[in-house]
Amino acid sequence: MTRKEFAYFFLRNKKVIFAMCVLGFLTFLAVVGPYISPYKDPLAFVGLGYQPPSKQHWLGTNTFGQDIFTQLVHGLRTSLFVGLVGGSLATVIGLLIGFVAGYRGGWIDELLMMFTNILMVIPTLALLIIIAAYLPYRGIFIQSLIIGFTAWPWTARAVRAQTLSLKTREFVDLARITARRPLKIIFGEIMPNMMSYVFMVFILQFGGAILAATGLDFIGLGPTRGMSLGIMLQQATLWNAIQLGMWWWAITPGAVITLIVATLYIMNTGLDEIFNPKLREM
Amino acid sequence: MSFLVVQNLTKEYPLGLLGKEKLKAVDDVSFEIERSKIVSLIGESGSGKTTIGKLVLRLLKPTSGRIVFDGKDVFSLRKEELRDYYRRVQGVFQDPFSSFNPIYKIDRVFDMVFEEFLPEVKASERKARIEQVLTSVGLNPSQILGKYPHQLSGGQLQRILIARILLLDVELLVADEIISMLDASTRVDILNLLGDLKKRGMSVIFITHDLSLGYYISDEALIMYRGSIVEMGDTEKVFRNPVHPYTRMLLESVPEVGKKWDLRERFTPELIGGDSASCKYYDRCPIRERHCRTAHLQMVEVEENHKVLCLKAGA
Amino acid sequence: MRDALLTVRDLKIYYRTLYGYVKAVDGVTFELRDGEVLGIAGESGCGKSTLGNGLVLLKPPMKYVGGEAILDGKNIMALSQREIKRIRYEKISIIPQYAMDALNPTKKIKQIVDDLLREHNSSFEEKRELIEERLAIVNLSKKVLNMYPIELSGGMKQRLVMVISTLMNPDVLVADEITSALDVSTQRSVVQMLYEMKEKKAMKSIIFITHDLAVLYQIADRIMVMYAGKVAEISPTEEIVRQPLHPYTKMLLASLPKIGVRFVNERLKGIPGYPPNLLNIGPGCRFRERCPKAFAKCEQDPPIFDLNGRKVSCWLFERGDGR
Repeated sequence: MTRKEFAYFFLRNKKVIFAMCVLGFLTFLAVVGPYISPYKDPLAFVGLGYQPPSKQHWLGTNTFGQDIFTQLVHGLRTSLFVGLVGGSLATVIGLLIGFVAGYRGGWIDELLMMFTNILMVIPTLALLIIIAAYLPYRGIFIQSLIIGFTAWPWTARAVRAQTLSLKTREFVDLARITARRPLKIIFGEIMPNMMSYVFMVFILQFGGAILAATGLDFIGLGPTRGMSLGIMLQQATLWNAIQLGMWWWAITPGAVITLIVATLYIMNTGLDEIFNPKLREM
Repeated sequence: MSFLVVQNLTKEYPLGLLGKEKLKAVDDVSFEIERSKIVSLIGESGSGKTTIGKLVLRLLKPTSGRIVFDGKDVFSLRKEELRDYYRRVQGVFQDPFSSFNPIYKIDRVFDMVFEEFLPEVKASERKARIEQVLTSVGLNPSQILGKYPHQLSGGQLQRILIARILLLDVELLVADEIISMLDASTRVDILNLLGDLKKRGMSVIFITHDLSLGYYISDEALIMYRGSIVEMGDTEKVFRNPVHPYTRMLLESVPEVGKKWDLRERFTPELIGGDSASCKYYDRCPIRERHCRTAHLQMVEVEENHKVLCLKAGA
Repeated sequence: MRDALLTVRDLKIYYRTLYGYVKAVDGVTFELRDGEVLGIAGESGCGKSTLGNGLVLLKPPMKYVGGEAILDGKNIMALSQREIKRIRYEKISIIPQYAMDALNPTKKIKQIVDDLLREHNSSFEEKRELIEERLAIVNLSKKVLNMYPIELSGGMKQRLVMVISTLMNPDVLVADEITSALDVSTQRSVVQMLYEMKEKKAMKSIIFITHDLAVLYQIADRIMVMYAGKVAEISPTEEIVRQPLHPYTKMLLASLPKIGVRFVNERLKGIPGYPPNLLNIGPGCRFRERCPKAFAKCEQDPPIFDLNGRKVSCWLFERGDGR
């Protein structure tokens, strides 16, 4: 579809508009939040504990007297960062392996797919836990890396399948008899035809990375220092926020994580409608 | 002067669970093409004609045999020599809509040719050449350039692909069923275009399942059946005096305005035979004999420039 | 002249799109007589497939806009869902264009047939003998009944669908491009099988849709040539071939390569240009842009003129003889 048509459908799709607004707002919050919050350090003890939301503490304080709003905006930064870096890494690896395996075929394909299948069979969470537990120091960058390096297999398989089918299209043959190099064909002919798919893969990887990070954080294998939504969730659970009636602490991190991931999936569904004419409401 | 020589070309595909069985898409095929000649490769589905086209275009690798172009083995060419090969040997495929990448404007197919083969040509000169080749295939550049494939008709797209070839000095064109997806009223014009190209010195391997098209445009015809050439030679001779039972059956099956079939007669050209017989047409052959199952087959010359792969030819 | 089984008058079927109406079938009139094979010929975009499918399987985005199609005294385009269900398959049936893809891959053939028959108050067992008889005509062994569609070749599936579509002996059978995807030899056998089925009364009349005039010459009694959503000409087969009336038919026939004509001796001519865009198209003869004989009057819609039973929609025949 042309750019004009894409823009037309993009701006009219309710799901996409909604998702863009929510994500835009959250990104804004993550970028600007730490500056507008009256408190700079999310780990600092800035007030009395157990305080519900008030003018001094917009989302109240936790058991230790740390400001929850500050924690939230810093945590949001971390989580979005991990989603972005980890998700991008997984997408790029998956694409590369999928394209090369699908286009080249033969023993390269066999080798890459063997590797992919092995990694796929190993339970990701267990792998992440083992790696994370062995690291002496865990920063958010390392966390993004290990998530990125373990999340790509399904992408590789899906991209390979699409590549295999696109490879047989006659415009690929035409590129071959025009003496085009294979890499140029993959990125010039095949990938652009899958852009909608690549887009959607990235969104899913983004969401998946956030969830994986939250999982690690929750069991205590998150970043050694710093704040993330998963760590907030962990602490709220460990310190019985629900039982103590501290809803501002108990609900906030989980709700925000859910909001991000759900919004991403809604965006994906919306994009699918845009790209797949049969799903569009005329 | 033969400038394309195909020698004992075979292409096998492994079948079955362990790849033990082999499907011979092309089975020990040999033929030659001279300059300024149109040769039809005629066959039904499974005959191997498309596979041969792809092998000549180096889109597939043969299991055995050689293709020699201008003295050199085509599959031993690398890098610059390969690029040179494609300057002289090109192809046009069956589905015009599949031959263009739908997300780009059609101009791109021309741009790619300049990028890969004629990088020294300046931008302004490029535009002039593109317009010139478009006009020479009967298209109006202002109606074609800048458009996306889905905005044009199949006939226009096929002409664009032929125009693309004219940017180079192509000596051999592999045309694989290039008009089967076009409307009847456009087909003949594209065929005529091929005929004009031949007059300018190009040779064409015209792959088709439609005998009337083959008869109309080609100088020589190769009739293929299940991977082998069963009859070959001068078009007029093969069509006027078909010897192989398969060729005869094909000619009988072509519907023609003015010639009516006898529909009361049961016509069942069913196969589902095994490959066990030495002659591939054995199961369906009305004149078969016992020794056709086992005897070794060779091309028999029935008249000048007319050969048949049949044990009973020339008998 | 035999009775008309199906009478179609000024039928209009359009496609609703974001940008307006594509007038795919725009005022088509013809008759299908008892026992005849009517061929509908035309190139892509002429509306023949829309017409064939619209008569039997009208569904969005196709929209019935006007005119009528009378079968058994009723306008089948305007029936209720219940009434259509009874007529479809029993009185009028279709072998769709991609018939081979129409078989449910997860069921055995026997099951597919049974499911279909049960929707029409019958069953596999009830029709067993007939089914076996028909399978024999199309040269399929009874074993296929116990197979899955994926085990059959394209040609076999095509012939199987031919049998399935006609089990209730419909009055009218629409065959939509059933030979187009076939090899030359299979094509001939399919045409012959269809003919045999008709002789054995599997259906009364056939509407045979194809772009291939040469195939129609073999089996059709009369041929209707369509162009850009309208009827150009309807004539008996021999007459239309010997003496085509409409300029489009003339040029189309002249562009067909046949054995006996070679490029080196005679250069055949195609029809320059291409069909008009049917989106919101205006009045006037739709062929006038490409017609060498076009004149001023062609800006108005030509009516259908009757010349001794031959119908032609062209202003050249206003005074009855093509001057």
